[in-house]
Amino acid sequence: MVQSLPVRDAVTQWIYVCSLSDIQPNTGVCALINGQQIAIFRVGYEEEVYAISNYDPFSKAYVLSRGIIGDRKGILKVASPIYKQNFSLITGKCLDDNSVRIPTYPVRVVEGTVQVGID
Amino acid sequence: MTAKRNLIVIGNGMVGHKFLELMVAKKCASDWNLVTFCEETRVAYDRVNLSSYFSGKTAGDLSLVEPGFYQENNIQIYIGDRAIAINRDKQTIASANGLEIPYDKVVIATGSYPFVPPIKGKDVSGTFVYRTIEDLEKISDYAKSCKTGVVVGGGLLGLEAANALKNLGLETHVVEFAPRLMPVQIDDAGGIILREKIEALGVKIHTSKNTSEIVSEDGKVIKMTFTDGSELATDLIVFSAGIRPRDELARNSDLAVGDRGGIIIDENCQTSDPNIYAIGECALYKNRIYGLVAPGYKMAEVACDSLNNSDISEQFTGADMSTKLKLLGVDVASFGDNFAKTPGAKEIVFTNAPQGIYKKLVLSEDSKHLLGGILIGDASAYGTLLQFVQNRITLPPYPEDLLIPPREGKSIGIGIESLPDTAQICSCNNVTKEHICNAIRDDKLTDIPSIKKCTKAGTGCGGCVPLVTDLLKSELKKAGIEVNNHVCEHFPYSRQELYHLLRVNQIKTFDQLLQQFGKGRGCEICKPAVASMLASTWNEHIMDTPHTGLQDTNDRFLANIQKDGTYSVVPRVPGGEITPDKLIALGQIAKDFGLYTKITGGQRIDLFGARVDQLPHIWKQLVDAGFESGHAYGKALRTVKSCVGSTWCRFGVQDSTGLAIELELRYRGLRSPHKLKSAVSGCTRECAEAQSKDFGVIATEKGWNVYVCGNGGMKPQHAVLLAADLDKETLIKYLDRFLVFYIRTADRLERTATWFNKLEGGIDYLRQVIIEDSLGICEDLEAQMQHLVDTYQCEWKTAIEDEEKLKRFRHFINSDRPDPNLIYVEEREQKRPATEAEKQLSVISNQ
Ligand code: SRM
Ligand SMILES: Cc1cc2nc3c(=O)[nH]c(=O)nc-3n(C[C@H](O)[C@H](O)[C@H](O)COP(=O)(O)OP(=O)(O)OC[C@H]3O[C@@H](n4cnc5c(N)ncnc54)[C@H](O)[C@@H]3O)c2cc1C
Ligand code: SF4
Ligand code: FES
Repeated sequence: MVQSLPVRDAVTQWIYVCSLSDIQPNTGVCALINGQQIAIFRVGYEEEVYAISNYDPFSKAYVLSRGIIGDRKGILKVASPIYKQNFSLITGKCLDDNSVRIPTYPVRVVEGTVQVGID
Repeated sequence: MTAKRNLIVIGNGMVGHKFLELMVAKKCASDWNLVTFCEETRVAYDRVNLSSYFSGKTAGDLSLVEPGFYQENNIQIYIGDRAIAINRDKQTIASANGLEIPYDKVVIATGSYPFVPPIKGKDVSGTFVYRTIEDLEKISDYAKSCKTGVVVGGGLLGLEAANALKNLGLETHVVEFAPRLMPVQIDDAGGIILREKIEALGVKIHTSKNTSEIVSEDGKVIKMTFTDGSELATDLIVFSAGIRPRDELARNSDLAVGDRGGIIIDENCQTSDPNIYAIGECALYKNRIYGLVAPGYKMAEVACDSLNNSDISEQFTGADMSTKLKLLGVDVASFGDNFAKTPGAKEIVFTNAPQGIYKKLVLSEDSKHLLGGILIGDASAYGTLLQFVQNRITLPPYPEDLLIPPREGKSIGIGIESLPDTAQICSCNNVTKEHICNAIRDDKLTDIPSIKKCTKAGTGCGGCVPLVTDLLKSELKKAGIEVNNHVCEHFPYSRQELYHLLRVNQIKTFDQLLQQFGKGRGCEICKPAVASMLASTWNEHIMDTPHTGLQDTNDRFLANIQKDGTYSVVPRVPGGEITPDKLIALGQIAKDFGLYTKITGGQRIDLFGARVDQLPHIWKQLVDAGFESGHAYGKALRTVKSCVGSTWCRFGVQDSTGLAIELELRYRGLRSPHKLKSAVSGCTRECAEAQSKDFGVIATEKGWNVYVCGNGGMKPQHAVLLAADLDKETLIKYLDRFLVFYIRTADRLERTATWFNKLEGGIDYLRQVIIEDSLGICEDLEAQMQHLVDTYQCEWKTAIEDEEKLKRFRHFINSDRPDPNLIYVEEREQKRPATEAEKQLSVISNQ
């Protein structure tokens, strides 16, 4: 089991999203959880997953799950597909604009299923 | 505190404004009550680049004044008001609008006016001068009803005006009194070359002509006659026969003026009345008028220092009249002692008549120093040569090497490092090497625009930008900031090197390449770049598992993302030819899915507003109706536009539509460093605009002319003729070679035009590679293209037949709902995305 950071202490419930194989290696998908759009990324070919908001504050569109993932100086990140700002997958911080940060969510893989934690 | 004194600047042209800017920059503005009279209806603008007004620059673009400059610095400017008298007894200035303002000091910066020779008939309508934005507005208005235009005067400005007339679509003539063009800057031998070049562009040159009369009919110009009895029919005349200083105020107030005009100044730019200064083109120093902006700026600096008793004050002791320009696309430069007037001076001359190149160096008697020179047709060495003159750098043992372009890409002459700190790099704005280097270091500048902003270097004629670029590179290197052409932090290779590694090592996936030649996890720069290289080498489906995460969203979903996250759909319409049935099918599908439709600039139809989950359904119907992917989403071949050609058009000489379709089908889906566009025209009228394309074809009586490396878009560039009168097989062979050569060697996101501009040896080199096979790779290039043609598949057809790929087309992985954030409003009977404000409203009304 691999789990992304930061995990909120307050997770009370893990919600099933999809099976891991539904996410192509090194791509993202978008999940609808309690009315929220959450982008989930699968990094590499194994069970490494991360979740951040799907909302791109620069283009004001819900598209981040469709961005290209990679790293900048070792920081895992996704580039928005619209205007290419980068967001850390770990902290949600925008790497191109200090004043912007988007929410991150707890996410894990359990027996081949992807789950998002809510409080 | 002493009361502030009044300082009045007469004239708000380039130099007058520069003076005020310097007052502010040197923190002296607050010591004075600054007042300026500006006769024109707009504040100072860039007269040097006046002609760019005809190529689309607006008056706003040309303005030299930072918004708010006058208000913020408490400078009183009277726009549209002319100073009419300097009353030296009362120490006041009177203006045309009736003001009378007392002064302590005056700076006259009234510039000059174009001289119109006293020819009979010179005032009839249809005659113009070329000095202000108003002049240009009048010329372009009048030219609308004209066919022919004549410029009187073949000097620097005259040729610039001729260029403008030509661009306005007029048949253009230049009439020059002297026996050659640009008599002040260029010698006889250079004049011949320049004349040939300019005539080749379709401008007719008449030298040794003395106009005797301008003949009119109904008050309008119809022709001009010359003293030798000949005549020239014309609808419009622009006088550009030199400038005369505007010294009328000085004359009327009894200041000393030169015999042939000009307000006499001394080394401090003071006139015969020490309270009055004169700067710019109205000033006469040692019997000379300086008709360039750089000396004017220098005078502004001197006057400013003198008025403020600055202890670092410099003096004006004359100025360099070197010039470099592009006249009608022809490089011309003249610098230093261009006519070898220095005693003992020697000349080295290089003439290449077929290519229209003339270069002359003037050397000192001992051949150790460069004194001046003339360059025509190729002035790329101007910056370097000028440095040799200005800094008296000792010449290399074989100075002739400086004239002939090096073949092996070695740079000539001096390295920028060896220039002294005091070397003047930008003569327009008097910016030294030291100044630029300090700015780069202290303000941590890393690009040209910020250097321009910070130091003003390069903001005048632009001639120094290559030198500034070299300086930037060398400073960055010194600072340990790596200037490299690496694709990104993950691959220490250029795109060209990476492409080579990938082919030679038969690498088929990004991960393999990263493992062997890179580090980290990749990013949005290297991933799509490598995806493109893989596609143009192995041509696997871009949605296959190892490739899908590399693609930009457009390639990943085989559609173009729009601002709201929906996509547009562009089916291929080869050559722009479409049957009525297909048109109906497109209309029906757009209707079924509620899509906004538009005819694109690429001769096909774009359907906008498709949600990601709708894409496969739309494509299923499109494929059924016989359409295939148009690759509007890819860095790939877009369209081959066509004109209707010989099948219908009465002028067509070949079937251009047929060839366009054939080419589009051959190269469809071809992935390349950037998008590729093409067009085929059926005759020389060029309705398909093939000469603005990456590759374009124009029909001739004998076959096809092929043009390459043109560009529309942000920086338009004409394509160049690669070969003429080809049969179709040869044409396709050349195109195959050309395209693969480009794909292998260009940088990422580099269109063919940019690639070509960097290609050493230019079109001749390209011809050698593509036509003469000088690198011996043509067979290989053709084979690679044939492989790509043979392995073509419609990406959409494959996608909709593959369940696994289809699954990816949904907004939510865990719900079938579409993106709830998409909101549309109707406009001109179709939908469009709601603006943010409209979205807020709709949220409120839904609550
Ligand atoms: C749809 C269309 C405008 C239209 O409504 O007519 C269009 C739309 C876009 N153009 Fe274009 N261009 C369109 C014809 C053109 C043309 C005209 C032509 O092809 O003859 C040009 C100038 C010709 C040229 O490229 O040399 C053109 C020069 C550009 C450029 C500037 C390229 C350059 O080298 O300077 C860009 C930006 C870029 O590619 O980096 C661009 C980029 C774009 C993008 C991809 C911008 C973006 O990333 O969203 C637009 C995609 C919209 C979409 O979803 O389809 N578009 N664009 C045209 C589609 C033609 C087609 O059928 O494929
Ligand atoms: C088409 C063109 C191309 C050129 N190209 C180049 C080039 O490539 N390189 C180069 O170095 N130079 C070039 N020049 C020359 C350059 O523009 C001039 O050297 C420069 O503008 C001189 O500045 P100035 O302030 O002395 O005169 P101007 O810029 O002419 O300004 C004088 C201003 O004073 C105003 N004025 C006059 N009398 C009065 C009055 N009594 N009261 C109030 N206002 C008054 C005028 O209306 C004018 O606006 C070019 C000029 C032209 C026309
Ligand atoms: S010109 Fe600009 S706005 Fe218009 S389609 Fe092209 S890229 Fe989009
Ligand atoms: S020399 Fe003209 S802008 Fe620098």
